[in-house]
Formats: sequence, structure tokens, C-alpha cells
Amino acid sequence: MERLKLATIWFGGCSGCHMSFLDVDEFLVDLIDKIDIVYSPIVDTKEYPEEVDLCLIEGAVCHEEHVEMAHHIRKRTKLVCSFGDCAVTSNVCGMRNALGKPEVPLEYAYVTLADTNKGIPNDPVIVPNLLEQAIPLHQVIPVDHYLPGCPPPAERIKALVLNLLGVGEPLSGEQLKFG
Amino acid sequence: MSVRTITIDDQHVSVEEGSSVLDAAKAAGITIPTLCHMDGVYDTGACRMCLVEVEGIPKLLPACSTIVAEGWVIHTQSERLKKYRRITLELLFAERNHVCAACVANGHCELQTMAYSQGMDHVRYDYCYPKWEMDLTHPLFGMDHNRCILCARCVRTCWHIEGAGTKNVAGRGGRAHIITDMNEDWGDSATCTWCGKCVQSCPTGALFQIGATAGEMTRDPGRLNDIITARRKKQWNV
Amino acid sequence: MTLNELKEIKEAELAARKKTTIRCCMAAGCTSQGSGDLLKNLKAAVKEAGAEDQIEVRGVGCMRLCCQGPLAQADPEGPLYEKLEPSDAKAIVTAALDGSIAKLQTGDPTQPFFAKQFSVVLGNSGEIDPERIESYIAADGYMALRHALREMQPAEVVQEMMTSGLRGRGGGGYPTGLKWQTVSKARGDKKYIVCNADEGDPGAFMDRTVLESDPHAILEGMTLAAYAVGAEQGYIYVRAEYPLAIERLQKAIKQAKKAGLLGAQIMECPFNFSIDLRIGAGAFVCGEETALMASIEGKRGVPRPRPPFPAESGLWGCPTLINNVESFANVAPIIRNGAKWFADIGTEKSKGTKVFALAGKITNTGIVEVPMGTPLRQIVEEMGGGAPDGGTVKAVQTGGPSGGCIPADHLDTPVDYESLSALGSIMGSGGMIVMDETTNMVDVARFFMEFCRDESCGKCIPCRTGTVQMHHLLTKIIEKKATARDLELLEELCDMVKHTSLCGLGMTAPNPVLSTLRFFRNEYEELLQENPYAAPPVTTA
Repeated sequence: MERLKLATIWFGGCSGCHMSFLDVDEFLVDLIDKIDIVYSPIVDTKEYPEEVDLCLIEGAVCHEEHVEMAHHIRKRTKLVCSFGDCAVTSNVCGMRNALGKPEVPLEYAYVTLADTNKGIPNDPVIVPNLLEQAIPLHQVIPVDHYLPGCPPPAERIKALVLNLLGVGEPLSGEQLKFG
Repeated sequence: MSVRTITIDDQHVSVEEGSSVLDAAKAAGITIPTLCHMDGVYDTGACRMCLVEVEGIPKLLPACSTIVAEGWVIHTQSERLKKYRRITLELLFAERNHVCAACVANGHCELQTMAYSQGMDHVRYDYCYPKWEMDLTHPLFGMDHNRCILCARCVRTCWHIEGAGTKNVAGRGGRAHIITDMNEDWGDSATCTWCGKCVQSCPTGALFQIGATAGEMTRDPGRLNDIITARRKKQWNV
Repeated sequence: MTLNELKEIKEAELAARKKTTIRCCMAAGCTSQGSGDLLKNLKAAVKEAGAEDQIEVRGVGCMRLCCQGPLAQADPEGPLYEKLEPSDAKAIVTAALDGSIAKLQTGDPTQPFFAKQFSVVLGNSGEIDPERIESYIAADGYMALRHALREMQPAEVVQEMMTSGLRGRGGGGYPTGLKWQTVSKARGDKKYIVCNADEGDPGAFMDRTVLESDPHAILEGMTLAAYAVGAEQGYIYVRAEYPLAIERLQKAIKQAKKAGLLGAQIMECPFNFSIDLRIGAGAFVCGEETALMASIEGKRGVPRPRPPFPAESGLWGCPTLINNVESFANVAPIIRNGAKWFADIGTEKSKGTKVFALAGKITNTGIVEVPMGTPLRQIVEEMGGGAPDGGTVKAVQTGGPSGGCIPADHLDTPVDYESLSALGSIMGSGGMIVMDETTNMVDVARFFMEFCRDESCGKCIPCRTGTVQMHHLLTKIIEKKATARDLELLEELCDMVKHTSLCGLGMTAPNPVLSTLRFFRNEYEELLQENPYAAPPVTTA
């Protein structure tokens, strides 16, 4: 059997979902027999490769670079999975949306609360422009699978990956719980 | 006492005359999803989660507030009903700011439970992200409008179990919201008895005890029904 | 009040008529443009000319051609003066005295707009003075009530309504007689009559016209209903936005009470009935009967599930008969002329006439009353004069936010309950908004959705938040930010809101979208964009 090419990426999130992924412990060892992790914060690849079988995307879509990357990933990937509540619902990242423009929290963080160097960082070469709202991934690209949870428990991640490998049932019931 | 015999999801059930479809389903061991229904207070048919199909009746009927008639053949789990229930939940999640991860009711929330039990894994509509305030003026309880689904269980509890009439609904459409007295701060209320029954009745994290943090707010709306049973039948449910 | 007294009032009123009558429209459309001053000036001009014994100046109800108002007409056979200024009074009086025509804008009273009308409900509109009970009595007013109280059993009145075939004019088209029968048979110590005068559809002003032009007809209709079903108390729920209608109803109730036509021992029979006004505070949903009743009871105006229907359990749990203004306005003519006379008008399943308010891109904006079954084309093109400025009619919207758009190629459809619903629209209360080729149908759908979104009471989820999402999706389509996927979502949501909402407002809110999608789908599809996932808006702080 051809080895499955897996990618993971981290957009607007806390990396908790990736931590939870590592919590699958010895299942990782079983996985290595069947898959190659071709792109991920936990491997050292600079370019997102072509013909990836599955990409787990953690985090909400918060700025321009996320949008570009999402489109790039979609073109090069067979199955895309929203990985965790931020990708599925925008979750904590989306809490800024109700405050109005992104300048409101930025002003608070970088000016009101700053002790030195007051000012919102705005060099577009270094800091990508924020989207007006932090949004779920499926508003930017078509998504094939949803893996809710904040973070999704390791067992849930394992169940989804196994299902995509052709073992076990799709996620259902309490496995779909947000939060 | 007269009896009505009906069929629910291919099961024959006999129930007392005057029973609701929801009661009949319960008797048959069938769970119909509900959000605004709460044992102990009257039904309003507002959440539309409990809609069922009755053969020969073109309209969908709310199980909570529909009295069964002899011979009805009722379906509670058709694909169409499941689709409508899922959409209803999606609409609710998109309407206000339900951030389960940061909610006091995480893990003990009827909306959250309902969502996964109905297979809702994401919301297809654009989130509205409205701006709603919190009322933290009461010494014991708080209200976060971001998490409110307007089931009005708190209002009915306040009026008909406690009898205080503190909680009300104000505003129309998407601006409808729960208020205290004449839209005052909860802490300034002259009518609130501090009984906390409304907090017990809330299906989500909208009403909570001050000091509760994420996932800490548990409650038991069944206790409210016990009070009603005790009043009416002079006996406590144990 | 005895029969003789009624007749005496009528005779005295007719005897006081002068050689010439100048009728001046005093309904809201014309008064808003100064017909109140015109009426004053007309009276002063007659006095100045010393012609008080030759000319009667009468303020009357709606003269129908609202777009040409203020209107006045000198009888007999005088011209219809249009677009009048208060300063035109003298010229009109002078012309009336010497039998000539004043040099003012005149309209042809024999044009199709007037000639094709058939009046049952509006028989007195534009003829009698709505502020004087004597004027109503002179037009055989309260004769039906007298006849029913003295010559008919309540059950016979109900039967007469059944035989007439009258169906509810509020929109639903439920047989009125059947409703009356249900209430008359319902058990209860107390029963109520409610007149739903909470007309709220955008572009609809039929009920306002009836209330302003002939308030006593509503009182008589309600009193007949009360006698038929055994009620002693009635309420007219009228919206606060109709101050003139409220004022005239208050006057009418006062006059009827004084004349012994309301109150205790009406017409010296052992029958008591009172009518009170309840003023709506501006919620569209209070036109829904259960919300309306909640509002009358002093509660928040939100609907509740039916059953139980008001006929069994309505106001304060008592059997309650609710009809709309136009339905009640039909009652006295039916009793006066007989059910058979009424049943001969209209079609087999839709009897009688229907009043429509013509608005939008149409030459003759105003009020028309036509027999049921009249083709839409006759109403819109012949009577309404088609689209103004040489435009072409593209579609006709009937039934307000609950209705649908009927495209021009279906204009030969007869106006009756079944034909309109077969086209995905409804009769509704009678608003008829005409659109020409400059109108974008997606804009129309969004306009009505915005209306429903703002007017939703907020109680049930599908209506409260489904309308928000439908409006959002329509906006996305109009702003060319939507995709085929969004259109699918919209259609699915329409289906869901239609079938799961608690009351009629929500159930019918998707109708304008569904009907424009049915006939003008291309206008939606032209606005969709190819790339389903374009970049969302960014902020450049």
C-alpha cells in the first residue's frame, strides 16, 4: 500500500490541537508505518509539497497570509480537515469580531497596555494585514472533514485519522462536541 | 379517565387524554429533542426543535404543545425533521457568540449537547458576531447575552415558579433579549428575590453563578419541576 | 332607535340635500396634501356666494384616485377636479353655480379606473360623510342590523354568512361563515368580537380607506357578528399609524352609542354590545391573530401555537371571533341584500369583490374594488393604466411580505384565492405593487426580507434568525459576493423557515424569495460569481 502523505498546519490558534495530536502517543509509531508527515510545524519542510493526501488545518483564518496559504493548500491537497474549534467555528480567535474592527483589540494590546514602543505594528512585509473578521476555514476553502474540540482529544484525532485510513466509523455523537 | 392510542415511530402507545405528543413519546421511550421545553412551566413552542410529522396533517406540529388525538400516526425522526433540526441549531450558533471553549457551561450545556447529538459538526451560515453586553451587577448571578438562545425558560420560571416577575423579554427580532424589570441592571432590581431559579432553568451559559469559570456551571432544572410537583401534589420527588 | 326613527333620519337627511353637492375627499391621501383647507375654503366660498341653499359641500371618504389628489367632484354630472390647491375653492364653486367647468386639472369619471369598479365594500366611500352617522343612515346604514335583530335568529345570520360564501379578506381566505358558526357553537360564558385593523403590509392601504371612509359599516358588521355568535364585547385593534381612522372610529362609536346602536338594549332588543378601540404600538406581527390577542390582553405581542384556535380559546381564554376590516365591511351589505345577491358576484370559490391598493410603478395609484375573478391585466393595465412614462409592467407583487411576484406573462390570471396561490403568491389583504423593467427582482426579495427580519417578534428561532441569514445571503448575492453554494443555502433555508416557523409571518417570509426564484431565477444567477472562495475583506491598519 502506498504511504499516505499527511500535512498539518497552524493558522490562528494556540497550537493546542497540535499538542493534542502528539498526545496520541504510541499511535504515532503505528502511524509512521502507514504515513509520511510531509509538512508540519513538527517537521522541517519549507515548501508545501504537491499531491498531499490529507491536511489538518488548525486555527481560524485571521490574516491575508492564512487566506493565501489556504488556497495554496486546497490546490495541492485531496482532503482538507478543519482541525479543532478555531478552524471549525473561529472560536476564541473570533471573539474579537464582536468588538468591531480589528483595530479595537490591537489598540488595546499595543497602545493602551504597552509600556514602551507604543504603536500598532503595520509593516505589511513583516506583519500580514488582518482580515476584518477572524473566520472559520470553510468560509475560505471547501473543507472535507470537521474535527471539533478545543482541543480535540487525542482519541478523537486518532478516530478521524483511522477512519480516513479506512478503519472505523466516521466521527459522530459526542466526538463532535465543541469546546 | 379517557385514553388515546397512537403510533409514534411505528410503536403503539396509549396515553391519557390531554397528553402532549412529547409526553406520549416519553412514555414510548422515544426522545424528541427540545430546547425551550422545561418540565414545570408552560410550553411556548418557540424553539421548533420538537417539531414532528403527523400523517394527514400538512403542517409540522410542536410536540411540546400539541395534544394527541386518537389514532394519530406520528413520525419524530424523519430525514426532513433531522435536517430542519440541524439548521435550527446552526442558526442558533451563528446568531450570537457561542464560544464553547470559553463558556462557563462547557460540558453541561443543552445547546452544546443538542448540537453534537444532532450531528452538527460545523455551521454553514456566516456568523453574525453581534455585540452583546454582560450584566454582572448582581452579587450572586450574572447574565451573558452572548450565550442566550431566548428560550425564555428563565422568564417563565421567574413568573410562574418563583412568582417574582423579574425577568422579561424586550426588543423585537434579532434584537430581542432578556431584561430585568424595566430594563434595569440586575443588581438594582427591587423584585428579584435572589432565589436563583432562573439560573437553574438556563439551558446554556447565559445565566450563571458569579465566580464560575469555564466548564464550572452545572445545574439541575429538574429540581424546579420537583418544586412544582411538591406544590401541586403535596409530595416531593425523591 | 326604532325603525321609524331610522327612516326619519334618512328622510330628513335626503330632504336636506341641495341641487348641487360638491364632494371633497377627506381620506388620508388627500388630507395629507391639504384637502382639509380646501374643504374649509369650499364652504367659505359657498357662504360668500350666498349659495348655501343651492350647494352642499360634503367632506367624504376616499375618492380612490389617490395619485391625482386632492380630489373634488361637483354633482350631478360635474367633472372630477384633480390636484387641487386650497385656493381653487372659489373657481369650483363659481363653476358649479353657472354649470360650467372650472379651468383646473380635470379627470374623466368614466375612464376604466372608475367604470370597471364594482362596489360592495366601498359603496359609501367617496359618497357619504364618514363623520356623520346621519349620512350613513341615509345610505341605508343600520338597516341590516335592524332587520337581523328583529326578523332573524342568530343562527339564521350565521347561515346567511355561510350561504354568501364570503371568505376572510385578511389573507387566509378561510370561510367567514364557518368561523362564525364555530364561535357561535363554542361553549363559553363570554365571547368576544375582534376587528383586525392592524394593516401593516408595505404598500397596502385598503383597510385604512374603509375605516376612514365608512367607519359605521365596520361597527354595523361587528354588531351583526356579535348578535350572530352571542358576544357582548368587541375590540377594534387599529394601528397607531392611522390617526385619522382612529379619530373617525372614535367619533362613530360615540355617535352609535348615543343613537342606541351600541351599548345596552340595541334597537330596543334584549341585546347588548360594546366596542372599544385598542391602538397597536407599531408591531407588524400584531396583525397575526394570536399576537393581536396577546396585545389586547396587555401582554407582549407575540404569537402562540395554534390550536387552540381563537374561535375556541381566544381573548382571556374565551371563544373569540376575529375578522379583518374588509370582511366586516361585507357583512351589512350581505344581510341587507341577501346572501344570494352576494354569491352571484365573483367566481365559484371566491365570492364577492376584493379591494386592492394599487401602488408602485403604475400610472393610477389608488384604490380599486373589483369582482373576484377579474383578470390581473384588467386591474393593472386597463384600470391602473400600466407602468407610467411608457414603461412596461414586469411583475405584480400581491400579498405584501407574505406574497409573491407574478410575472407579466401571467397577467391574464383571474384574481381569486386559488389562482394566486397556484402561482406561489397569495391574495393577502389586497396590496398590489407593480414593478416595471427597471426593477431588479433580487432587490425586491431583499426589501421584503428586510421588512420581515425587522418585524419578526423574536420568539421562534427560524423566523428570528432565519430571516437574518436569508437577508444576509440576499445581500451577498446583490453585492456579487455570493456563489452557487450560497444560493443553495438560501433555497434550503427558505424551505426550512417556511415549514418550521411558529406563525404566519415566519411561514410566509420566504415567499417573495421563492416566487422571484421561480420566475426570475436568471436574475439571481447573473449575480453569482464563479470563484466560490474569493478573498474575504482585509483591514489595512
